[in-house]
Amino acid sequence: MKKISILALVLTIAFVTMGCQTQVTTLDVTGSDTMVNLGAALAEEFMKTNRTIEIAVSGGGSGTGIAALLEGRTHIAQSSRDLRPEERTRAAARGTLHEITVGWDGLAVAVHPSNPVNELTLAQLAQIYRGEIRNWKELGGNDAPIIILSRDTTSGTFFFFREFVVRERGQKRDAEFHPDTMMMPSTEALYQEIARNPNAIGYVGLGFLRPTIKTIGIRADEAAVAVLPSIETVMNKTYPLARPLFFFIVGELTGALQTYVDFVLSDEGQQVVRNLEFVPIR
Amino acid sequence: MPYQQRLVTMAGYTVLLITALIFSFLVQQSWPFIQEHISLEFFTGDRWLPVSLPPVFQIRGFLVSSVMITALAIVVGVPFGVLAAVSLAELLPHGIRVVFRSIFEVAAGIPSVVFGFLGIKLVAPAVANFFNLPTGLTGFSAGIVLSVMILPTLVSLSEEALRNVPREYSEASYALGASRWQTIWRVVVPTAQSGIAASILLAVGRAIGETMTVLMVAGGRLATPSSIFEPMRPITALIASEVPNAARFSIQFHALFTAGLMLFLITLAVNAVAASVIVGKKGR
Repeated sequence: MKKISILALVLTIAFVTMGCQTQVTTLDVTGSDTMVNLGAALAEEFMKTNRTIEIAVSGGGSGTGIAALLEGRTHIAQSSRDLRPEERTRAAARGTLHEITVGWDGLAVAVHPSNPVNELTLAQLAQIYRGEIRNWKELGGNDAPIIILSRDTTSGTFFFFREFVVRERGQKRDAEFHPDTMMMPSTEALYQEIARNPNAIGYVGLGFLRPTIKTIGIRADEAAVAVLPSIETVMNKTYPLARPLFFFIVGELTGALQTYVDFVLSDEGQQVVRNLEFVPIR
Repeated sequence: MPYQQRLVTMAGYTVLLITALIFSFLVQQSWPFIQEHISLEFFTGDRWLPVSLPPVFQIRGFLVSSVMITALAIVVGVPFGVLAAVSLAELLPHGIRVVFRSIFEVAAGIPSVVFGFLGIKLVAPAVANFFNLPTGLTGFSAGIVLSVMILPTLVSLSEEALRNVPREYSEASYALGASRWQTIWRVVVPTAQSGIAASILLAVGRAIGETMTVLMVAGGRLATPSSIFEPMRPITALIASEVPNAARFSIQFHALFTAGLMLFLITLAVNAVAASVIVGKKGR
């Protein structure tokens, strides 16, 4: 049995290498979980026409991707958050840093479909996540505790949400998620808990919205009208909870890297961004 | 010494060496944190803010969670496991025994992510309904799933210990007029007790070290839980969740290793205490 499998392995390797008469360049793309489907779709579309460049996309979180980039383990880090100052310093030490915005993502705040609350102001959302509002009753909902869900620190959404909502765009510099916040290991897990738990609230990328959870309309302040997230409202900047999606690259932007980045920013690439319910850059 | 014997001896030492290397690696990676940042608050505080400025690392909540979940898994799992082992070794007819044994062997190979998934889909909703909790992703759900996951270890090792009791013992017992029931509980089980205790120890190790399931099912809440019916995050889940994101050689990275070291020390302490108890009993 073992001999047969070793033989099969040798043969496979032989055939694979025989097929590789033209040289294939492999690009590693890793990072944001929000962007992993986007990255895969872009790579797939790209590889249809560029047979000499192979693109391997993986997720793990923006932080994972950036860490990999700074350690030279990936060519492109997909990230849904900006670099932190110390990451920027480390990147600069390795070479020229390229920050490319490849699309936009709206963060949708979602609850269970049975929850009567339909809209929240950014301030109320911040109070919920800081633990200052703890019962749905205070927001016109049922008399039930609010179960706060968040992604864990691997996710770019964590940093965006903390900065933008919990810290009110940096105005409350030391504010943190309330310790009762449940840190979910994946967007899928978070999504599932919202879909099942009538008292839960959480935030997910626009691409993750499905009919089994209810999206909350967001009001920028007391005076503003509630806006639901959609491609249109993110593009015309009326939806307040939107963020750019980045490719981070360190070093020379040449050869296969250049070809791929050009493709992603082209009309063709941006169509893929739109198809996956993210928002194109133009 | 013939070379075969030397080879076997070397294999033994290699395993010992690898364990020692793992431990020294843990200590080495924790050292920068221990040296500069550790204080009493690391053990007694409830805040864990790894990516804030300045970062805060306090692990009481994770320690408490690990202990709670492991304790529940053991309290629920051990009686089932040991009783199942007794029935397998002593009571069930041969045919059923063979089937059960192979079922447990297969169960031991089920990846923990599958248990985690079952926990999310079946156990958590059931727990939430039954106890009327705001969420089912709690330490209780995780402990229940873990209690099932430790069964294969418990059952197969305990059963082996029971089967290794020499037949002459039970025959002697029967000869004295003892019933089957009396023989099992007065002769067979007491003779096998150090083997059964060893299986419980391994089960504790399995439960406290389990990562994927608790990451998925326990709920990931950072605050120190005041009851097992709350969402919580044990040390293993903390490490699994944050190590991929921690920049290498950052304070967060070293702090996570320190948390891992604590887990290692707890397991070591549990084993040492249990081992001394077993040795003490034998010496009597």
